[in-house]
Amino acid sequence: MDKTVRNLAIGLVALIILAPLGLLAVGETFGEWGNEELEEKIGFVPSGLERLSSLWSAPMPDYALPGIGESMTAASAAYILSAVIGVVICAGLLYIIGKRIAKD
Amino acid sequence: MIPIWYYAGKKLGSELKSRQVPLLALAAAFSFVIMMFNVPIPGGSTGHAVGAAIVGIVLGPWAGVIAISVALVLQALMFGDGGITAIAANCFNMAVVMPFVGYYVYKIISGSTDITSSRRVIAAAIAGYISLTIAAGITGFMFGIQPLLHRTAEGVPIYMPYSLNVTVPAMLLEHILGFAILEAIVTALIFAYIQKTDSSLLYGERSAQKMRMRKSSTA
Repeated sequence: MDKTVRNLAIGLVALIILAPLGLLAVGETFGEWGNEELEEKIGFVPSGLERLSSLWSAPMPDYALPGIGESMTAASAAYILSAVIGVVICAGLLYIIGKRIAKD
Repeated sequence: MIPIWYYAGKKLGSELKSRQVPLLALAAAFSFVIMMFNVPIPGGSTGHAVGAAIVGIVLGPWAGVIAISVALVLQALMFGDGGITAIAANCFNMAVVMPFVGYYVYKIISGSTDITSSRRVIAAAIAGYISLTIAAGITGFMFGIQPLLHRTAEGVPIYMPYSLNVTVPAMLLEHILGFAILEAIVTALIFAYIQKTDSSLLYGERSAQKMRMRKSSTA
C-alpha cells in the first residue's frame, strides 16, 4: 500500500479513538430532533413524523448499545465501537466494489 | 438519487485505478467518522463537517458520490442517524452537491498552478467552506418547503414544523460561522498532506501528466 495512504489510515485510527469527543456536544443538530424534543420545542409531534418513526428500528440507535448503561465510559465505548463498525463496513464495502470495477 | 448512483457507478468504473481503491475505501470510512464529531455552537445546537469536499478533490466528484453515499446509508440503517426516509435528500446534499461544488471550486481557484502550489491548499480550504455552506443552504430550503408541501387541511405541518424563514437562516448561519470553517480546515489539512507526500494520488494528476508528456513528445 502507498505510504501516504497508510499514514492517512493511521490518522483515521486516531480519529476513531478521539471520536467520543463528539459526545461532549450537547443538543441536537438542526432538523434532527427526536419526537420528545420536538414536543418540548413546539408543543406537539407532527403526525407524519410520529407515523414514520416506527418505519425502521436501527440496531444501534444514536451510536449507543441498548442496555449498557448511561455512563460516559459506556457511551464512549459504544461510540468507538460504532466508529469501528462504520469504518469496517464502509471501507470493506468500497474496497470490494472498487477492486471489482477498477480498470487496471 | 437512484439514477445518480447508477451513473456515478458507471463513471467510477471507467476512471477508477486499482491504486486508488484503498484511498476510496478510506474516504468513505473517513467521512463516516468525521460526521461523528459533533461540534457545539452557541444556541444549543450541534453539527458536523462531512469531509465530502476533500473526497471530491482527491478522488474526483463521482467517487465522492459513491463514498459519501455509502457512509450516509450506513448511518441511517445501522445507527438511526439521518433516518431512512431522508436518505435521498441527505445523499443529494452531502454526497452529490458537496463533492461537485468542492471539486469545481478547487479546480477554478487552482487554475493552471503547479500541483505543488500552495495556492491549491487555499483552493481546497475555500472548496470545503463553500461546498458545505451551499449544501446547508439547500438542506435548509428542503426543510423549509416541508410545511408548505405537507400539512393537514387545518394547516398543521405533518413533518417539518418550521418554515423557510427559520430553516434557511438557521442552516446557513450555523454552517457559515461554524461547521464550514471546520470543513475548510479538514479539507486543507488532508489536501496539504497528500500534496506534499504523494501528489500523484490526486484526481486527474496522472492523466494530466500523461497529456503533458504526449504534448511534449509530439512537439
